[in-house]
Amino acid sequence: MLNHYPAWKNLLILLAMVLGVLYSVPNLYPDDEALQVTHESQQLIQADLDNITTALEAAQLATIGQELNDSGILLRFDGVDEQLRAKTAIEDALTDDYIVALNLAPTTPGWMQAIGAGKMNLGLDLQGGVHFLMEVDMEAAVLGRMEDNLSNVRSILRELRIRTRGLTMVDSSHIEVRFASAGDRSRARSELIDNFPELQFQNREANGLFLLDLRMTEDTMLQIQRDTLQANRTTLLNRVDALGVAEPTVQQQGSNRIVVELPGVQDPAQAIRILQRIATLEFHLEAGPGAPRSSFETYDYVAPEGVFTVNVDNDVILQGDRISNVRPSLDQNGLPQVQISLDAQGGNQINRVTRDNVGRMMDILLIETRSRTNPGIDENGEEVEEVEFYEDRRLISHARINSALGRQFVITGLTQREAMDLSLLISSGSLAAPMTIVEQSVIGPTMGRENLEQGIRGVQIAAVLVVFFMLLYYRVFGLAANAALIMNIVLIFAVLSSVLPATLTLPGIVGIVLTVGMAVDANVLIFTRIKEELRNGLPPQQAISAGYDRAFTTILDANLTTFLVAVVLFTIGTGPVKGFAVTLMIGIITSMFTAIVGTRALVNLIYGRRRDLRSLSIGIAPVKPAAGKN
Amino acid sequence: MSNTRIRIDFMRGRRVAALLSMIAILIAIGSLALRGLEFGLDFTSGTSVRLNFSQAAPIDAVNSELEQAGYEDAVVVNFGSDRDIRILLPLDPNAEAASEAEQAALTGEAIAALLGERVDTGVILLGSDYVSAKVGEELAEQGGLGMLVALGIIMLYIAVRFQFKFSVGAVVALAHDLLFTLGIFSLTGMEFNLNTLAALLAIIGYSLNDTIVVSDRIRENFRTLRKTEPVETVNISLNQTLGRTMITSFTTLLVLFSILLMGGESTRGFAIALIIGVIVGTYSSIYVASNVIIFMKVTREDLLIPVKEGAEADGAMP
Repeated sequence: MLNHYPAWKNLLILLAMVLGVLYSVPNLYPDDEALQVTHESQQLIQADLDNITTALEAAQLATIGQELNDSGILLRFDGVDEQLRAKTAIEDALTDDYIVALNLAPTTPGWMQAIGAGKMNLGLDLQGGVHFLMEVDMEAAVLGRMEDNLSNVRSILRELRIRTRGLTMVDSSHIEVRFASAGDRSRARSELIDNFPELQFQNREANGLFLLDLRMTEDTMLQIQRDTLQANRTTLLNRVDALGVAEPTVQQQGSNRIVVELPGVQDPAQAIRILQRIATLEFHLEAGPGAPRSSFETYDYVAPEGVFTVNVDNDVILQGDRISNVRPSLDQNGLPQVQISLDAQGGNQINRVTRDNVGRMMDILLIETRSRTNPGIDENGEEVEEVEFYEDRRLISHARINSALGRQFVITGLTQREAMDLSLLISSGSLAAPMTIVEQSVIGPTMGRENLEQGIRGVQIAAVLVVFFMLLYYRVFGLAANAALIMNIVLIFAVLSSVLPATLTLPGIVGIVLTVGMAVDANVLIFTRIKEELRNGLPPQQAISAGYDRAFTTILDANLTTFLVAVVLFTIGTGPVKGFAVTLMIGIITSMFTAIVGTRALVNLIYGRRRDLRSLSIGIAPVKPAAGKN
Repeated sequence: MSNTRIRIDFMRGRRVAALLSMIAILIAIGSLALRGLEFGLDFTSGTSVRLNFSQAAPIDAVNSELEQAGYEDAVVVNFGSDRDIRILLPLDPNAEAASEAEQAALTGEAIAALLGERVDTGVILLGSDYVSAKVGEELAEQGGLGMLVALGIIMLYIAVRFQFKFSVGAVVALAHDLLFTLGIFSLTGMEFNLNTLAALLAIIGYSLNDTIVVSDRIRENFRTLRKTEPVETVNISLNQTLGRTMITSFTTLLVLFSILLMGGESTRGFAIALIIGVIVGTYSSIYVASNVIIFMKVTREDLLIPVKEGAEADGAMP
């Protein structure tokens, strides 16, 4: 009997090895320390880069690479020291609107990046950075919606001239409307029921009055919570993008929390400033030609044709919180537009104003509340940093009123790009519900690096010890097992770096260690079985084949059970538990492949074609049974 | 199989082992109920202040200074290197700070100023964080729920692949290993944090792996050794897998000890938890799972393959 694999199997192993090496190699290229410079609202231009270069020259700092692209300016430095000094120098030279973030820039060759081979994402515990856990105020979200409903109900009833004895919000999910007669109530009910599909209506009598209870259904409340969380997440994502962080995580956790992780960012104050920015929208009319100077303010408007000034009337015709939905779309001629939907009251308000002002220009202002720190002196005469809040007002839309507007209207005359930007600004500019930071932590870059280095050193030493032991104990077969072990680690790294967008954390490293242990276990099972078969008197070639076959079910059972556990942990767990589960799952698959198929191919290569094979180099000589001959 | 020699009569001591295991588990449960676990900041709310000293941090001096300044419940530990320390403090409910995060920041600054004045002028505040307990609870709940679901699925899988009695054996062994490890953490007062949780999850994997390998052999031997008593069959199986059990435990421990010794402070917790888990897991795959199977009176009939498949399988056996 001979042991050999069909050519396709050998090719498959070879292919896996080549791909494994190719996709894990980028991890060997160390990142450059870099600075990412962005602006809160504008694209950076060559002039910005020139300013920065001048500032760096003045501070006698040299970059080892600079790049101006769509996401900002990337500057590479030789070492953390230079990077930190450069950050200070650039921040001093630029205004507060610029964001200078510490970053790491990849140095892998272009062709590797082209085939998607990149470095593994390292978790905060391995790289350093800031971690925020933000809680969305769901009560406020539901309450906000119900307040909207209350004012809508009120204005609809007023329009229909149905008299009430008052409306009360009993709690955040319950409105009570009182009527003098059952007739009024049934008229109101039949009108309202079409307008508010999300509410449940119920009649009730108390104190001689006819009451109508409007309750928000459980489903609607859940829907609002889901929408709110999604909207807040989108807003946060947009804001995080402004920070220019390499691999940000903005993840939903539970029903009302969002986790934001910014690897590499070391200044939480700056991150908080941007994440918790409060923004609102205001609709105004453009001031008329002869308007007194005190009745308007002048804004710059950035239009495709260039920047010009607009005089915006001080009267607010509509607040942004009346907007219920915004989206970009195309009109019947295929031209881009932005569709804005308002609630009932907002519709009435804008209708009242616009029907008298057709032909005038309507302006939308984006108002952001920001904070900046100023040096100051406290009561003890010590220097402190004072936080000051200020409003940043920006004109984001300037469009002609072509007809009286209602609850739904469109803004036209935009380019595709502008339509997208405007709807993004309107919808993401403001948070759907307030958020509070319930947890924040900063992990220093040195501590992260130390964790990583110690973790890797632990694994390395462990691997060397295991390799040495296997070689000593199983000789040639140990060699095959070691080759498989190394290939296994390479494959895990390749999968983690390129195939799955997984983030390696400290628990993840534990997962890898466990699979290394299990990979060796599979080989131990096989080799013990081969020894046993030899002891039972089977000739070497048959013993190899039988050993692999018999051990296979055991290995499969053991690995499948563990895999099931990993799947459960992955589905249920969050954060570190998930990280552990991912590496465990990947490790089980790769280790089954390398420990069974990989070692078999090597063993076949060494022994498989020898008809006269009399003994195997599999360590301590098997006890020969009396009747056995081999 | 001609290799049916019994070198070690494991099952002779099975009643003693069962008794010892039960006592150990009772102690573990008792300690968990009475003393509980020393939860790290991952699970409790409070402030964590990290400081860097210009030389090796004098922990005793730091402790006494903190106590004098009124931070009685502060816990001071070395962190990362001997120059870095972490001070854990419960939240002060009377604090005037607007938010817990702000309180943490204020506490951090106050402590850094205090120690800078009294202990080491070169002390640097690395960071002060607030960790809310709610988060920890949520995670602990998820972890607990995850383990329960995982246990259920494992039982189902083993019941299908092996037999229900083996499910009970594996799950009892698993619970034994987890409780034992948790018990040691409770008794010694070692910090239980997220990394320890990860280690517990890994112990599930390891203990299961070990138990399945042994069970697999027991199943095989029940099918092939027709005239042997169940206790003896189990004994033979344990002896046959002993070599593999020892080598695997040895290599895994090799890995864990090198992580314990080289991996630094942050990985110490899980290395210790896993070392306990591996040792107790090796023991339990021999004495707990097999014991349960024998106790439940496993028979050859339990493991016979349905006739059609059985004929094929038997044909393959030499």
